[in-house]
Order: sequence, then structure tokens, then C-alpha cells
Amino acid sequence: MTLQELAKGLDVEVLTGDAKLEREIAGGYVSDLLSDVIGNAKEGFVWITFQVHMNIVAAASLKGLAGIILVNGRRPPQDTLQKASEENVIIMTTPLPAFEVVGRLYELGLRCR
Amino acid sequence: MTNPSEGTFFLNGKDFANAGNASGSLKKVLEEMGVPPPLIRRASIAAFEAEMNTIIYAVAGIMHYYVTPGTIRVVLQDMGPGIADIDLAMTEGYSTAPDYIRDMGFGSGMGLPNIKKNADSLAINSVVGEGTTLEFVINLDKTA
Repeated sequence: MTLQELAKGLDVEVLTGDAKLEREIAGGYVSDLLSDVIGNAKEGFVWITFQVHMNIVAAASLKGLAGIILVNGRRPPQDTLQKASEENVIIMTTPLPAFEVVGRLYELGLRCR
Repeated sequence: MTNPSEGTFFLNGKDFANAGNASGSLKKVLEEMGVPPPLIRRASIAAFEAEMNTIIYAVAGIMHYYVTPGTIRVVLQDMGPGIADIDLAMTEGYSTAPDYIRDMGFGSGMGLPNIKKNADSLAINSVVGEGTTLEFVINLDKTA
């Protein structure tokens, strides 16, 4: 599945990095703890989180994640968006809670391995 | 791989706006040197965790890296509170981070264990009230 297909399948709004939406997603990981994501998410995964501060961009960039999905309609501050644009990190937001997002992505065939 | 390379990054305590820049730069250096991607991944994770520790806990610090054909060696030296019990600090889930740090998703007590997991060797020297020196090495002749 590509990020483009994911964006269509979920009620998400793409906030940064539209250009890279054809990227293939390798899997998914959900966590609000940065060390957990850094330790356990894999390259090409999409990361579902409630965190919006700018260090999520560094974590995603470091791990080569496919993108970040913010839940519960969370919107990052301007500095996060700025950093994400600079680092080519895709950030999306959805009004859905994490449980719903993960459930739907699982139904769409995404796994965490 | 190209010639040995070394460099230093300065880290400012509580400077969350620039947190991750040092480990991000190190990652780029390793990529340009042609280090195998799995080893870059391990070095970047360990460097990021160590950098975050300095930014979260210390007033200031430096990250120095030295890459030779055989190893990636990264040393972080900080002016911080020091670690009273290093074994306890190495325990997964143990953290002394204040609430506002935890609210950001840090302070889960996984930083030092993550460094240990990704490095081939890790050494920590710390004096309470003075600071901490953390050094990790990743062997380049190993592929995993």
C-alpha cells in the first residue's frame, strides 16, 4: 500500500510532504514514546501517534519512516511543520482516535513486522 | 570506505528545537562515507538516544565521533547532574525524567538500554554533580 492509498482509505489530511505520497508503506507502529518508536519501528513504517512536538520529525527521519499519522485531530505547531518540510517527512492528521486508525490500517493489510 | 573522519557537535541543554541535529548530521556523514546501512541505523539510534539524554538532563555537552575503517566511536561528554547508580539507570523502564519531559514521550527509561542494544560496546563514567561521559563503539567489520 502507498501513502496515497492510505490517505484515501482513511479520513486523513496531509500536512507536509505531498510530493512523496507514492512511497510504499512497509508496516505500521503505534506509540507515543519516542524511544519505543526508535527502538522498534522499522524503515518504511507509518507511525501513529498523539505527539506533535518537533522531535517527532527527527525520530521519523532517523528511522526512515514512511510518514507520521497524528490522531484525534492533533495539529502540530508551526516549528514542527517547518522541520518536517525541511527533512521531507510526511505528516498527516486524522480526527480518528489511534485505536480506529490502527484497526483500519490492519484491515487494509498493514502489519507490524 | 573513504578516509577516517572525525567531528564534534555542541549540544545545549533543553534545546529541543535542535535536538536530533547532531545524530542526524552523524548519520549523513556515515552515509557519505559508505558505511553499510544496518550499521548506520544502529549508530544513529545510539547517537540519538545519547544526544537526547544530554539535551534532557545536562546544561551542555559535546558529541564527538571518530570513524576509522574498523569502528565508529562516539563519545558524549556533558555538564550534567551525573548518574548516581549506573546499573539502575541501565534498567529498562527506570527514568528520573520530570513530567514535562515524559509528556513529550521521552523519559520512558529506554534510552540507555537502546544504546546498549545497538552498540557493540558501551562505557559510562559519571560523577554526581559534575557530569557524565558516555562512549559507544560500533564495529564496522560486523554486518549485523
